[in-house]
Amino acid sequence: MPLTEADVQWVEEAKLGLWEQLYIPALVDGLKTTVGHIFKKKITEQYPEDEPKMPANYRGVHRLNRDEAGRVKCVACYMCATACPAHCIDIVAAPAPADWQKDGREKYPETFVIDELRCIYCGMCEEACPVDAIELTTLYDLTGLSREQMVFDKEKLLSVFDTTTKAGTDPVRTRSGKLGPASEAPPGA
Amino acid sequence: MPTFDPLITAIVIVCLFAGVLGVCAYLTLGERKISAWMQDRVGPNRVGPGGLLQPMADGAKFFLKEEVVPDHVDKVFYLLAPAVAVGTALMALAVVPFGGTTPVPDPIPVHSGDVPAAPVQEFAKQQAEYAETFQFVLAPGLDIGVLYIFALGSLAAYGVILAGWSANNKYSLLGALRSSAQIISYEIPLGMSVLGVFLIVGSLNPEKIIAWQAANGWFVAFMPLAALLFLTSSYAESSRLPFDLPEAEQELVGGFHTEYSSMKLGLLLLTEYVHLVTASFMMAVLFLGGWNLFGLESCTGTVVGDAILKLLILSGKMVGLAVFAQLVRWTIPRFRFDQLMNLAWKVMIPLALLNLLAVMFVKQYSFMLVTLTGVNVLLFVGAGLWGARSGGTVSNPKRQVAPQPVGVPAGVTYAGR
Repeated sequence: MPLTEADVQWVEEAKLGLWEQLYIPALVDGLKTTVGHIFKKKITEQYPEDEPKMPANYRGVHRLNRDEAGRVKCVACYMCATACPAHCIDIVAAPAPADWQKDGREKYPETFVIDELRCIYCGMCEEACPVDAIELTTLYDLTGLSREQMVFDKEKLLSVFDTTTKAGTDPVRTRSGKLGPASEAPPGA
Repeated sequence: MPTFDPLITAIVIVCLFAGVLGVCAYLTLGERKISAWMQDRVGPNRVGPGGLLQPMADGAKFFLKEEVVPDHVDKVFYLLAPAVAVGTALMALAVVPFGGTTPVPDPIPVHSGDVPAAPVQEFAKQQAEYAETFQFVLAPGLDIGVLYIFALGSLAAYGVILAGWSANNKYSLLGALRSSAQIISYEIPLGMSVLGVFLIVGSLNPEKIIAWQAANGWFVAFMPLAALLFLTSSYAESSRLPFDLPEAEQELVGGFHTEYSSMKLGLLLLTEYVHLVTASFMMAVLFLGGWNLFGLESCTGTVVGDAILKLLILSGKMVGLAVFAQLVRWTIPRFRFDQLMNLAWKVMIPLALLNLLAVMFVKQYSFMLVTLTGVNVLLFVGAGLWGARSGGTVSNPKRQVAPQPVGVPAGVTYAGR
């Protein structure tokens, strides 16, 4: 339906009174605001000296969680690699060592590599993981001198877990420690 | 006659230039700091304690940058423009008092009954006393004084126009066009608002104007409207924000200095601050009593102490006005170009004329000077009332709302017109 003239509402600009026409009162009002801000508390963060505190649900560098025994929690199911839209996760699975087998662990990742440069930090790996083994931490200042340095292997990712857990900056979504419900044996088995 | 000693003058020139350029450098830091504080930021604080060495870093950066001379520019004028701009800006400082000054003693009239030699001796004595005192101004006793500053202020437009035109770039040219229109328009209220001062003092010499104010009171008390007009047009003359259309970044990239780089850009930017310093000095000298501060300027009682105190008072007034200009800059948004022209031609020039007329009446009929204050306030409020009554300006008339017959698509009226 086309817009007709009847639909148009004409609005008149408000008329300026004497006070506004003098212009100086308006200027003084403006100066009051701006000069008032001069004495207010500054909101600048002095970055390299004062590090910002990231919100607990910030999606930064990945980590691979450990279980209670300190072993990698990942069960090498490839769900994260499948879910990853950037194809930055590369896993090579292997049969779990014999002493892991009695805890019900059949597979474990022999290598687990994330290319942090390809990653888009969407958090879908985290959502896909059935055992909450992969998580995004609040580490934001990820730098490196070469592309190779930015490809994180399993040891590096586990060390991220160690440092973040030690620093008490576990992500808000974390359930590190226990294996998730998918790791439990199916009922009746 | 003021004497002229080349050596002393050279020393004063060097000191004044060093001082003014130093003040300009720190005004750039002040500008950044003030804008930062107003926006709840802390501003530059990495170079030196609290960022105090930032101007040095900026200056060094300008020197170290590559000198780019684009192929499409008119080389001669492109290279000449920054020199013209900064040269005219600095030359205006020649007659600006920056400390204690005494006006040249007037000639003594000889009456028929006098002993012929007495007035001559008296005159010679006054002149000798005057020659003894040190004047804190480069060219003391220059009777065209303020006129010279206005002349150079208009010349400054050439720097901008040359820069804009020779750059062979639409943005630069637009900036230069705006600048020339703006400076020519605001020259008029600038000059007319101080004509009243000259009429009352009877001289264009800044030293005499200061001496008059020290004796009779500051002009800002007698002519607040003229002071306001002068302050406003001096912002426009030095293209400070509300009036920075010549270099409106959002519209014109950099305006007239778009094509400039390295120290040539530095000089053009410096020019703006030199203008601000000159304008602040002039405002302090013409309306705020120069080195006079309610008798505080001579409280030390020694010649040297008073001289230092007067220097500090006048410089303090200048810095205060410059800082006020920066506060205003970060408070008021830029005018639209038609608003800019309306303000100059329809508001400030008539008001300045009426103020001048009032001064003439006061002079002619020897009214008390305080009546001028009243007339000034009346003019100001009257102009506001007129503006409120007429509602909007002539160039932006209120649009007649004509209801169209129902069924006509909206917007047809505009397409048909």
